[in-house]
Amino acid sequence: MRTDDLINFLGSNVEPVKSGQLRNTLLASLAVGAVAALCLMLVILGAPDEAFGGEYAGLKFLGLVFTLGLVIAGTSFLLRAARPGTPGRRPLVVIGLLFFALLSAGIITIVLSHPAVWGEMLFGPQWAACLICIPLFAIAPFASFIWALRKEAPTNPAWTGAVAGLVAGALGAAAFTLHHPAGSIPFILLWYGGPIVACTLVGAILGPRLLRW
Amino acid sequence: MTISSEEPELRALMLAGLGGDEASHKSLLMKLSAYLRAYFKGQLARIGRSASDAEDLVQETLIALHTRRHTYDRSQPLTPWVYAIARYRLVDYLRRTKAAKMDVPVEEAEGVFAVDDVSAVDSGLDLTKLLAQLTPKMRQAIQFVKLDGLSVSEAAKRAGMSQSAIKVSVHRGLKALSLLVKERRLS
Repeated sequence: MRTDDLINFLGSNVEPVKSGQLRNTLLASLAVGAVAALCLMLVILGAPDEAFGGEYAGLKFLGLVFTLGLVIAGTSFLLRAARPGTPGRRPLVVIGLLFFALLSAGIITIVLSHPAVWGEMLFGPQWAACLICIPLFAIAPFASFIWALRKEAPTNPAWTGAVAGLVAGALGAAAFTLHHPAGSIPFILLWYGGPIVACTLVGAILGPRLLRW
Repeated sequence: MTISSEEPELRALMLAGLGGDEASHKSLLMKLSAYLRAYFKGQLARIGRSASDAEDLVQETLIALHTRRHTYDRSQPLTPWVYAIARYRLVDYLRRTKAAKMDVPVEEAEGVFAVDDVSAVDSGLDLTKLLAQLTPKMRQAIQFVKLDGLSVSEAAKRAGMSQSAIKVSVHRGLKALSLLVKERRLS
């Protein structure tokens, strides 16, 4: 086939492209994923006794700030990563800072508290539930992101997949914390942060396979 | 010509093409094909590969530029977007043909697209054969709209389909074609 013929072929009857199409697709997939994670949480764990407030209101708030902060930073990274040739890794720095802040707060909490309560702090009653539920809740948001990203043109599929996994994990953790707030900051670090990092790694491995175009 | 001096004009053509202007879109693809040809020939020669596949890569990239044009951010310069897609296609091609991806350096877009090349323009692709592999619905929609040059409403009338069904079929057909173009090398 001659290249001129291909150009004539591609260039006849071109449809106008709506601006903001990529942004809308990705934000819609985020909304679908968030709702799916929330519904799965309600189905598996039931309605939370106290959605807001209660004994651990402060830690629930902190858990939500951390996870939703990751969601916002990760989504802003994905919006760039889906466009070829758009540099910008600043959201990754924000993600790093969120983890660093939580790590520092966790270490300070441990240092300041009595060694006798360390075990209880790190292994609260819900740690096994976190380990199972957060990745489980993350599946639907991850699938939703991949579905959207496949329509776009990510030129770095490993990083794109990793951040999609991170945002999905963070959505899963946010849904979980609405039901069961963590008992301490080190608990958030270990049992929210850990599963989120695991989701990120899975995303990094799957990205190159799922996001080729 | 160099791509940096042509950037304002190319970007204007792209914006007009995104607005649905057929002539601008064709003119853009024509101009870009010359830069892509020079780029792929240069890169393939530099890593000691035959330049004979350069035209296939040019055509694959043109298809990608067309089917993924909604990923261009209208507030940004055009060249880095085109270069990122061309480089991705080259890396993908080298991986498919079992060569190290490390061979393709990340460079400034202006540097690699410095010159154009308007010479020979044939590839091993056979459009008729590729079209034959699409579903009848896609094939018909593409035949009417892209090859016979009918408008979407004329094509809809002739095919007895709705206009949006024609648009969807053309869109899906192009996506399917770009996949066939890539898989062809594997078979």
